[in-house]
Amino acid sequence: MSTAPPSIPTTQEPALSVIEPSPTAPAPTATPPPRRGRPAARLAGLLAAFLLLVAVVAVSLAVGAKQLTLAEVWQGLVDPDSPAHAVVRQMRLPRTLLGLLAGAALGVAGAVMQAVTRNPLADPGLLGINAGASAAVATAAGFFGVAGVDGYIWFALAGAAAVTALVYAVGGGRGATPARLALAGAALNAALYSYVSAVMLLDAASLEKMRFWTVGSLASADLATVVRVLPFAAAGLVIALAAARPLNALALGDDQARALGARPAAVRAAVVVTVTLLCGAATAACGPLVFVGLLVPHLVRVLTGPDLRWLLPACALLAPVLLLGADVAGRVLGRPGEIQVGIMTAVLGGPLFLHLVTRTRAVRS
Amino acid sequence: MTVVRVRHWSVRFRTRALLVGLGCVLAALALGVLSVGGGDYPMSPADVLRTLTGGGTPAEDFIIGELRLPRLVTALLVGAALALGGAVFQALVRNPLGSPDILGVTQGAATGALIVVVVGGSTLALAGAAVVGGLATGLLLWAVAWARGAHGHRLILAGIGVAAILTGVNGWLLTRGQLMDAARAVLWLTGSLDGRGWAQAVPLAATLAVLVPVVLFGCGPALRMTELGDDTAAALGVPVRGLRTVLLVAAVLLVSVAAAAAGPVNFVALTAPHLTRRLTRAPGPNLAAAMALGAALLVAADLVAQRAFTGHQLPVGVVTGALGGGYLVWLLATERKAGRL
Repeated sequence: MSTAPPSIPTTQEPALSVIEPSPTAPAPTATPPPRRGRPAARLAGLLAAFLLLVAVVAVSLAVGAKQLTLAEVWQGLVDPDSPAHAVVRQMRLPRTLLGLLAGAALGVAGAVMQAVTRNPLADPGLLGINAGASAAVATAAGFFGVAGVDGYIWFALAGAAAVTALVYAVGGGRGATPARLALAGAALNAALYSYVSAVMLLDAASLEKMRFWTVGSLASADLATVVRVLPFAAAGLVIALAAARPLNALALGDDQARALGARPAAVRAAVVVTVTLLCGAATAACGPLVFVGLLVPHLVRVLTGPDLRWLLPACALLAPVLLLGADVAGRVLGRPGEIQVGIMTAVLGGPLFLHLVTRTRAVRS
Repeated sequence: MTVVRVRHWSVRFRTRALLVGLGCVLAALALGVLSVGGGDYPMSPADVLRTLTGGGTPAEDFIIGELRLPRLVTALLVGAALALGGAVFQALVRNPLGSPDILGVTQGAATGALIVVVVGGSTLALAGAAVVGGLATGLLLWAVAWARGAHGHRLILAGIGVAAILTGVNGWLLTRGQLMDAARAVLWLTGSLDGRGWAQAVPLAATLAVLVPVVLFGCGPALRMTELGDDTAAALGVPVRGLRTVLLVAAVLLVSVAAAAAGPVNFVALTAPHLTRRLTRAPGPNLAAAMALGAALLVAADLVAQRAFTGHQLPVGVVTGALGGGYLVWLLATERKAGRL
């Protein structure tokens, strides 16, 4: 089975219509523009995405309560005696690395979920997986006195796994329309958040810990956190990338996928594991974030097309751009403090979501 | 379906729905008597009834009339208002999960209240801000979802998006306050009947007195016809767009005013209409029976919240949240099996 699936998966076509044709543009044609299919162009695109990511990382290191020039940032990184060393190494580098990691994890998780549920609105935040992780973390903080990411991570993984399994049971099969799946997820979110607030209510100490964490923030990051969640996120990313080709085949339907040599049950199991690892790691480190996993695949799909072998790496590069960009915007807008990144993604991503569901054909009834 | 004719007037009703509704009213009242009788000064149901009918000692009159009855009345009204609002919402979006706590109205009311908590303000300002927040969210939903055609699924998706944005904003507002304020805000967000009295019950009763006839008798028959589909309903003479707008405003008002009184008590608006449908086995929104069941549900939850842990009163929202969450998971499983999800 050396050949890729022969045609573009039909179930993902609606997502292509994220861009509305302007009145002057020619009407969209059924065949995609030929240039997008060329590997060279796609490689160039990935390279551009990488350069964009490097630029955002540089901005994230430089911008904050104390403005630094790029030269100062470099000095701070390499020279322990420079005045910027403490700011760069102990505060901005960890949060930037965490933003990279969490962004990539959520973006790829969203893309994989959209592929396997064949649902353009699948997102770890909207479907309650991040909320499941935070409910488990609330349990850990409220009832077992666990504090810090070392303890959170296992609870977060367990919570994410439970909700992933539930979402998969509800939305993995045929017949769940985008609106219904999103609604089931929203209901699940509401239930889990009411649990989290009940825990916060019963115990003032966990309220003090949790009210900052539930918003979703990169601010509390240190290098130990990054190191702690890195193996889980990395494992999830590797499995996701390895599953890209069989997932492409799965988009054609189970029978076709089997004919192409993929094993649907095994692929779906791998996806559940991946999503659990990615969402659990991201949520344990920076709290529940919504919309990153939803929007990035939609925006990226416009550039790469629905082929997951290109979509997933592009998501891994561009989702951190969105997350770090939102984080930087939160630092600039919230001066002298900051607005947590979870609020920035909700406030920036929400209108985009509304646009997606009301103004485009991405979601039909 | 039973029809009662008296000369020129006739009333149609389903016997089972009527019985369920009456049963829920009786259950709500019985639970209410139990709830009023409990506390630091326990009273038997007979004593409670004697006091309520005017035969109590001054002490009993004070305890029941001033302390416990207002809370019970608030609970009954909040339950009824939330259930009616939820039933209307579910009928509007034609989905059993499309309740106001999932589509952002509750979160909007919470945003208004949280702003008052963070800025600082009286209880009255908090209630007013909750109503304003809920109404503003309803208006936003209307503008986003219905500006280009009234489709249930579009309202659902717009509501989910708005709810997600507002959840973020609410979390941010929680981090802005001092810890004491944050604790107060979380308590409000969960929904609690502690210390509620006539000041909360009276505005709610007035809202219900206006909106219940509008919804039940003004819009109820037309709402049932829209279940045939928009086109059929329009052909039968239902002004679909206008009807939806009126119902949306009414439902948002009901939920917001209820939230202003007791906080957004979780899941009553979602579960009460459902349980009603299961009990009555009648098609359609079952609005009146849902109200009765909602009232009974909230009084029962409040009773559990007061008595479950001796010496430690839970806010009622924790109980409804736990019950509602369990019910929801079960619902997801069965709806999925039945192919309705």
